[in-house]
Amino acid sequence: MVKPWVPAQGTVENLHDKATARKLALRVFLAVVTVLFMLLVVAYGRRMAYEDWRPSPQLGLLWANTFALILSSVALQWALFSVRRGRMDGMRVAFLAGGAFTVVFLIGQVLAWRQLGTMVYFDVTNPAIAFFYLITGLHGLHLLGGLVAWGRTFARVWGDFDVVKIRHSMELCTLYWHFLLGVWLVLFGLLFSGNNLDILLKLCGIR
Amino acid sequence: MSYVAHDESAFAPPAEVEEVELYHPKTWVGKYVWSQDAKIIAVQYAMTAIGIGLVALVLSWLMRLQLGYPNSFSFINPSNYLQFVTMHGMIMVIYLLTALFLGGFGNYLIPLMVGARDMVFPYVNMVSYWVYLFAVLLLVASFFVTGGPTGAGWTLYPPQAIAQGTPGASWGIILMLVSLAFFIIGFTMGGLNYVVTVLQARTRGMTMMRLPLTVWGIFMATVLALLAFPALFVSAIMMILDLTLGTSFFMPAVVSMGKLGEHTGGNPLLFQHLFWFFGHPEVYIVALPAFGIVSDLLSVHARKNIFGYRMMVWAIVAIGALSFIVWAHHMYVSGMNPYFGFFFATTTLIIAVPTAIKVYNWVLTLWRGNIHLTVPMLFAIGFIFTFINGGLTGLFLGNATVSVPLSDTMFVVAHFHMVMAIAPIMVVFGAIYHWYPKITGRMLNDTLGKFHFWISFVGSYGIYYPMHYLGMMGVPRRYYAIGGTDFIPASAHFVNEWITIAALIVGAVQLVFLYNLIWSYFKGKPSGSNPWNATTLEWQTPDTPPKHGNFGPALPVVYRWAYDYSVPGAVDDFIPQNVPPREVAGRNSSKT
Repeated sequence: MVKPWVPAQGTVENLHDKATARKLALRVFLAVVTVLFMLLVVAYGRRMAYEDWRPSPQLGLLWANTFALILSSVALQWALFSVRRGRMDGMRVAFLAGGAFTVVFLIGQVLAWRQLGTMVYFDVTNPAIAFFYLITGLHGLHLLGGLVAWGRTFARVWGDFDVVKIRHSMELCTLYWHFLLGVWLVLFGLLFSGNNLDILLKLCGIR
Repeated sequence: MSYVAHDESAFAPPAEVEEVELYHPKTWVGKYVWSQDAKIIAVQYAMTAIGIGLVALVLSWLMRLQLGYPNSFSFINPSNYLQFVTMHGMIMVIYLLTALFLGGFGNYLIPLMVGARDMVFPYVNMVSYWVYLFAVLLLVASFFVTGGPTGAGWTLYPPQAIAQGTPGASWGIILMLVSLAFFIIGFTMGGLNYVVTVLQARTRGMTMMRLPLTVWGIFMATVLALLAFPALFVSAIMMILDLTLGTSFFMPAVVSMGKLGEHTGGNPLLFQHLFWFFGHPEVYIVALPAFGIVSDLLSVHARKNIFGYRMMVWAIVAIGALSFIVWAHHMYVSGMNPYFGFFFATTTLIIAVPTAIKVYNWVLTLWRGNIHLTVPMLFAIGFIFTFINGGLTGLFLGNATVSVPLSDTMFVVAHFHMVMAIAPIMVVFGAIYHWYPKITGRMLNDTLGKFHFWISFVGSYGIYYPMHYLGMMGVPRRYYAIGGTDFIPASAHFVNEWITIAALIVGAVQLVFLYNLIWSYFKGKPSGSNPWNATTLEWQTPDTPPKHGNFGPALPVVYRWAYDYSVPGAVDDFIPQNVPPREVAGRNSSKT
């Protein structure tokens, strides 16, 4: 137990540099985003438990989109490895690829939206359909926000640049992308589950 | 409890840190409008919050006029009345109290109290304020659109909130929801700043367990808000979609006038769960900063260390954690499973334990203290009384069996106004009287302050004490007029009249407070840097008001906790946090 009156406490160092502060801020933000998506998942699960639940159709395109998002995460991780090892060319290629695969994912999501919109299942008052658009939309918006940070970093990796700062920025981008990939995998599992989550719903006491 | 040994190892050099990148504004606009200085942002937040709070105060007058003198005012009809109720509640809870405690006091006090030059991300901090202001303007705009503001009640329950027939069901509700979404975005920016600043920008020697309780309260409230606001954010977005795109997240199939509406399959209870998953922590988002601030006010003005500092910290943390598992006690009459009711009643009563610990510790801090009945101290003591009163009625309402018959009566209104309106606002006033000298360099007028306190304190009891009896008689809340209902005796109308008169007086006396704020800014007695002889770092700044960067060339080094008052053996009755042990006058006594 820390005793606030112990004089030796006076030598403890609390100050941190800006990079550490940014990393902590991102982690706190990710906690907020986790709560946001957790609530959506719980709301979805609760709605699934009702008897009139009509699941949204399973879109094959989502598999391809998921693959693109995994590739973007891998590419960013590769960029981070490269910048840590001082391989700047490899870093640029990988970082560009990370962004490009993200754009592919987002375009794929929009296509999935349009695909679903033209199907006979499409009914805006069906909660499963509405949840599909809401959840994928919010996830996509978070990735778009990430792309802004990605773009700002990408603009700085040409010519003379401060390697340490770029490494910090890449660490933040990579963390954010991995997180959003993890969130997407959960959401993908949920949206693709149809009506097959019976055991999970029973475990949670919802059904 | 604060025995400091004469150990030379206690002398730490000033922290060696990289130069802080502060933005130095060059123009008046850069300094006071687009300001990145947390102190200026704090004042901007506070003035905006108080400004919109005055609107809510006027709305409460209008409500009371109707309840005290039904059918006497042509400008109040049933729709207006519901709009007044809704806007009064939402403004007071979110746009006044949350913004003032976290955006106002948080911005001003966190950097100064932890010994930082500014918030960690000043630019984000500035954007946070402007997004908040935009949210407030959106809210105000709803008074001027077709149909007026929403009249759905501050809880905005669907389907009624977006059903035709509810006041403001077209534009008012949309503006309200969009405004809330922007408020949450703005708050999240500020909240990240407060959390990171507390965790990573404390000066050397300022351990977490040496933080003043004010910082602990604001810190924990910020964590709660960051984790609770997403629930409101999600539900606002879902309700907007239900209203504009015809989705059915919350809207069930409704048969109205013999016709089936366009929605099917929505779940209104889902909204209630989401709303209260935010709504209950919201109570503590308002209460925890108040708890923290009042602890410091009591300690400073009783010239005594806070009783049980570590217990106080852990009580704040425990209350914060528990506040996330009590939300459904707002939904006892929603038809929930009785076992759920039992669970939520139990957790609700458990939360009384850390809360009671805090109350005992406040009283024990006062016990045998050298109590100075300054204006901040009067408000702090007023808070303890009010909070105990509100807390005790909370025991009634927390129990499902007692709560059900009292649901939707004036008893509930009296309870939550005591516990989360009057009690926190007492602390807001106490805090303003306490820190105004640091913000402006001048003292607020003492006589006007005491007048303000006594009328507000006694007047609040005049309003809410009788209201409990109305509730127990069964007088319902949210009703425009109770009319000739048999079970409500004629005397209830007299009580309503009395409450209205008391409310008008209490509201009017706040104008005296505003006058005091303005008058003292120009004519108040110069305060000096530390008028209350307090120990915390904000009173040790080289300039009053503190300049940009707060602490001059070197950051202070902290050697002790925030509560070294009346230390036995020391000559002065307070030892500031940044005074090294060997500089304490009278230190040869064995107990400094």
